[in-house]
Amino acid sequence: MSSIQWQFPRALEDEAIYILRETAAQFERPAILFSGGKDSITLVRLAQKAFYPGKIPFPLLHVDTGHNFPETIEFRDWLVETLGLELIVRNVQDSINQGKAKEETGKYASRNALQTVTLLDAIEELKFDACIGGARRDEEKARAKERIFSVRDEFGQWNAKMQRPELFDMLNGKINIGENVRVFPISNWTELDVWNYIREEELAIPSIYFSHEREIIERDGMYWPFSPYLNTTEEEVPFRSKVRFRTVGDMTCTAAVLSEADKLEDIIEEILAAKISERGARIDDKRSEAAMEKRKQAGYF
Amino acid sequence: MDVLRITTSGSVDDGKSTLIGRLLYDTKSITQDKMEALQAASKRKGLDFTDLSLLTDGLIAEREQGITIDVAHIYFSTPNRKYIIADTPGHFEYTRNMVTGASTSQVSLILIDARKGIVEQTYRHFFIACMLRIPHLVVCINKMDLVEYDEARYNQIVEDFRQLLPGSYYENLEVKCIPISSLYGENVVTRTEKIGWYEGEPLLEFLEQIQFDRNDRNHPARFPIQYVIRPKTEQFHDFRGFAGKIASGSFNVGDTIVSLPNGQKSKIKSIEKFGEQLTAAHAGESVVITLEDEIDISRGNILVQEGQPLPEARREVQAQICWMDQHKLTPGKTYLLQHGPTRIKSKVQQITNVTEVTTNRVEEKSEMGLNDIGRIVLKTAQPVFADTYQSNPANGTFILVDEFSNATVAVGFVE
Repeated sequence: MSSIQWQFPRALEDEAIYILRETAAQFERPAILFSGGKDSITLVRLAQKAFYPGKIPFPLLHVDTGHNFPETIEFRDWLVETLGLELIVRNVQDSINQGKAKEETGKYASRNALQTVTLLDAIEELKFDACIGGARRDEEKARAKERIFSVRDEFGQWNAKMQRPELFDMLNGKINIGENVRVFPISNWTELDVWNYIREEELAIPSIYFSHEREIIERDGMYWPFSPYLNTTEEEVPFRSKVRFRTVGDMTCTAAVLSEADKLEDIIEEILAAKISERGARIDDKRSEAAMEKRKQAGYF
Repeated sequence: MDVLRITTSGSVDDGKSTLIGRLLYDTKSITQDKMEALQAASKRKGLDFTDLSLLTDGLIAEREQGITIDVAHIYFSTPNRKYIIADTPGHFEYTRNMVTGASTSQVSLILIDARKGIVEQTYRHFFIACMLRIPHLVVCINKMDLVEYDEARYNQIVEDFRQLLPGSYYENLEVKCIPISSLYGENVVTRTEKIGWYEGEPLLEFLEQIQFDRNDRNHPARFPIQYVIRPKTEQFHDFRGFAGKIASGSFNVGDTIVSLPNGQKSKIKSIEKFGEQLTAAHAGESVVITLEDEIDISRGNILVQEGQPLPEARREVQAQICWMDQHKLTPGKTYLLQHGPTRIKSKVQQITNVTEVTTNRVEEKSEMGLNDIGRIVLKTAQPVFADTYQSNPANGTFILVDEFSNATVAVGFVE
């Protein structure tokens, strides 16, 4: 099937812009959670569109684990500079230094779960009442039950059974002091929708989404990027290969796919033919069947 | 490419999750890793087949109890259109979720177990589809494999169901009935010889050809203002744009508009989308509108077309509501009425009656509890510029928000 046949459904853009405008109107201090990945890049474009010719009325908040791909950070800084955005960075390393978070050990050690501590501290410090995230319901089955305005208590916790019903397009962002809301404007988009949008809108994305040569190791049937942050065993010998990333998380929890795709069209073709889901390449989700739900209860986005 | 939104509802164990799993599986929307996870999970449960229902039951409690407790959204695409399924639970205590799932849908898909026929839940689902006036109704008679694919059994159920139609919203609309077996994928995506006596399309084929409902465009024009854009930059020094999503109807550059509540008039100077200049915009589109004159407009104002029927300025709102909170609705209590971008203080004057949805019987009651559907009268602190749900659904709904818990406690349909 040719990717040209698949177009981006524009109704999804109208919906996302509507949600962003509601967020700007209903909250005092919203922020966009920005990871440098394709979903948050999409959010930035949608926010530009929602408020044009005005500026985006929220800052970007990046929770930096210190284990990001350097290419992502480079891209982040370029985007912020080019679009004249406000960027706030908070570091997981600081949370570790303050004794609030503890580094994981062993060969699967990752800072993914530790981000939650830093995020909740940042929300409290900067008094954000709404955090806009690029999560999508198609990513994972706990996320399939997530609201567009998702209320979190003072501890950032998600209570799946106590969610507010969302009817028609009416969004209720009324909260008590201390609570905050996670806003998901692209809830109804799929991975394919995001890629088609990036293609149609000609958005720039970090280079690691395209095929490139990189040192990797093979572990549990997946290709892991070799980096100083990854704890390896003696048998795990790095080798060079042509790969790309389908999703961009930390270097310690994002698997690469062997790929020659160096254009958006090729990436979309590859996704249409893919046998593995997007989050199948997220090692953090493989921990248990309920890995995501448990992290969300603890305040993860 | 358009988006078709479907709500499914059924009773416990009538195979709703299996049907959705089947749609995903047969349209190749399940990837290998998800399939492997499903097989492993089925094995752990001691099943000798792959239980496709495990795909949609996302929460830990659901998997433990083997039931669905919240609205789940599921996505699949064909080259023709994108589908969003709001999978809602069929348990008695979760009527509010059914209403929630139905509120965004153009198709209501009701499942009936061929062995059991019409049950209490069927009436409930039908009632909700009628109340929300969902444009398309599809009835899948499932588990045909368990009744030996018996045509007479199918016809009997269809006839029983058709008894519900006279006098209802669907009286003169097409109601599609399809015999299926979601377990074996028969008549879901592909036809089967076992149900050779059925001459219609399989479910997906039917969904693919549904004509998209664009009624919202034919209703009077309504543009609720969400946000005022004032860049105050050198380049856009005097720019003052009104941002929102057109609820119904169409607006063209040059149209004379009336701004409610103040009633001031102006002409549309431009309609813009991220700098792109449009000549017209229609229901569903998020745009920015600028006007010829400087008039006082802020969030909550509604722009309407001069010469078209105006929404009534209601200080008293009569509505059918679905109560969605654990705490009962009590006459005399105040709630915030959220209609589009406005929140207005309102007081429950009276509960007129409560409808027993499975029998359609109307009773006089003085209170309403979780999942009750009834009629109330609200008095509001400021006028609400709503249409009736019947005449213009996009401007005829509201929610009630509890002032203390901030919970969304009800959805209302203006009458």
